[in-house]
Amino acid sequence: MESPETQAPFLVRDCALSAYATGLRAQNLRELRDRLAQVSTECIYYHFWGSRLYSGFEHPEYPNMFAGWVHRSLHDHRLGERLGIIDPMDFPDLEALRQELIETIEQRLEETEIVAWSPADEQFNFMRSRVVVFDTPRTIAHPRDLVEVLPTLSASSVFYHFIDARLRMPDLDDFRAWLLAYGDEFLDLVEALSTVDLFFVPLAELRQTLVAVVSAYFSDHQVKEA
Amino acid sequence: MDEKALPRIQLEDYQRIVGPEVIEQLFQLAEPLKGLKVVHVNSTRVGGGVAEILTKLVPLSNSLGINTSWEVIAGGDEFYRCTKSFHNALQGNHVAIPKALLKAYEEVNAANAEILRPILDDADIVFIHDPQPAPLISHFPERKGKWIWRCHIDASKPYRPVWRYLRTFTSQYDASIFSIATFAQPMPHPICLIPPSIDPLSDKNMDLPGEEVDTVCRQHGIDRSRRTILQVSRFDRFKDPLGVIEAYRLAKRFAHDLQLVLAGGSADDDPEGAAVLTEVYAAAAEDPDIHILMLPADANRVINALQRSADIVIQKSLREGFGLTVTEALWKGKPVIGGNTGGIRLQVIDHHTGFLVDTPEGAAYRIRYLLHYQDKLQEMGLKGKEFVRENFLLTRHLRDHLALILSLRNGGSDRIELHRVDAALALSAPG
Repeated sequence: MESPETQAPFLVRDCALSAYATGLRAQNLRELRDRLAQVSTECIYYHFWGSRLYSGFEHPEYPNMFAGWVHRSLHDHRLGERLGIIDPMDFPDLEALRQELIETIEQRLEETEIVAWSPADEQFNFMRSRVVVFDTPRTIAHPRDLVEVLPTLSASSVFYHFIDARLRMPDLDDFRAWLLAYGDEFLDLVEALSTVDLFFVPLAELRQTLVAVVSAYFSDHQVKEA
Repeated sequence: MDEKALPRIQLEDYQRIVGPEVIEQLFQLAEPLKGLKVVHVNSTRVGGGVAEILTKLVPLSNSLGINTSWEVIAGGDEFYRCTKSFHNALQGNHVAIPKALLKAYEEVNAANAEILRPILDDADIVFIHDPQPAPLISHFPERKGKWIWRCHIDASKPYRPVWRYLRTFTSQYDASIFSIATFAQPMPHPICLIPPSIDPLSDKNMDLPGEEVDTVCRQHGIDRSRRTILQVSRFDRFKDPLGVIEAYRLAKRFAHDLQLVLAGGSADDDPEGAAVLTEVYAAAAEDPDIHILMLPADANRVINALQRSADIVIQKSLREGFGLTVTEALWKGKPVIGGNTGGIRLQVIDHHTGFLVDTPEGAAYRIRYLLHYQDKLQEMGLKGKEFVRENFLLTRHLRDHLALILSLRNGGSDRIELHRVDAALALSAPG
């Protein structure tokens, strides 16, 4: 294991999403199920994760767009709750996540005799995205510098390193991956970051939460060292 | 087009508004595209939203080192009658277009294809804006570049016979662009979603001295010591000016000093617009606190000043495309009470940048709410401005165009990784 002095710095990156329409829409639950089976996994990514970059203010009552649409436009609150609790991290890949969505909807279709419809102008539009990743001139030399740098990161940087990273590295984000390269030294911080719930807050608030976790860790450890 | 005719763009000016990171990202996107020839084609050099955007987008793209030009096709009376019908049909009006007009449309495109052949044959990327030049692609079967059809119109519920006809051309493109997902039609190629944008440095959106705002208000009889609500739009039923007057009346019962400004263009050449205007005057019933302003098409600084003078901006449309007047108002730090329709939904984030409403009563209630809670009004205004800075400025528009070009040239890969270029050096480079 490299010593802290020789550990490579954290390279801050940023990203933007280009959104694409598929032209596919759903106006009721059967159509939602059928289209879900048909679309690419990029669509699943967009409606679970990518859309987070666009919703700057709202506290996502339903953390994925399928649950939100079922709740708001179909008024099927029971299914909205079931779809809302699905944690994409529980699944090995987006294909498995797609199957879970379809089965949850199938189950609801079996329970109900009448299929709810949305108003025509509130149809679910299936979208996908492409990610553009940018370099930035910024680096973080040592984990303690996270306290200074994290508050200044753009929301899209937070998205890239803390959310998008989970699709690149299962069960991990870029910050924890970097900290783990220091061996056992920052395991407590890695553990604390792993408990951050990223589902219910806009990105700006997620950034504040990360800052609070990191600040608390280093404040505590300074006290201990003193 | 003679590039000298376009305004010179100073990237430093945009950097002051959007920050160095955004400019750096543009340079990173532009780096692999240097040396490419990009051509935009539309049907008018001046007037209308497309020309307004291209006037700035083209020089901005050139300032990043991408060889970008703008060509305009020309046609006769029959051509424009035909394309006007397309416009209405794409928005859902049942318009029967005579074969003679379609023939003129195709002939104009064939003639323009020959005029533009040297430029378009040589282009790496061609953006064709709206239906007017859409058939050009048929005349370039051996094209080497990627061709993109940009639809600026709400085509969510097109009149099917007309869409079927246009689709024979639009389906030949390598990609298309729509403003929002609900406007898009299924296509056999990638459909990119790129909302329009405003230019923060244009006459309509630039910062204005307070004295100029005062002067404009004085010239139009608006009392700056009183609270003002404003709607800027054509006198068109879909913009619901009568509903705005009703909302104003309901709100004024609780805010006696309230003034309403309805600012729009002349309706001389639009029979339906003239009828709506007559109804608006009748509804205003000589209320001295309702100011109906007929402004010329180039009154951009006046509109800018009016938007800055308002406490709240209304856009109570019953149907709307994207609604750039909403973007303009948010950019000036004004909360917007907007109709719950079209692109307004993308911009007015309920309880954050303003309120979405479905009725004059709803609009009146939200006007009263914002007039009562001044702190909320200020907070929403600040949020709205930042929301536009991040999402609806010209720099984001160009970023999305460049990302689409890169994606098409990279075979549609779902992830593009870019690397740093020295933006400071690039900014200081001549030209």
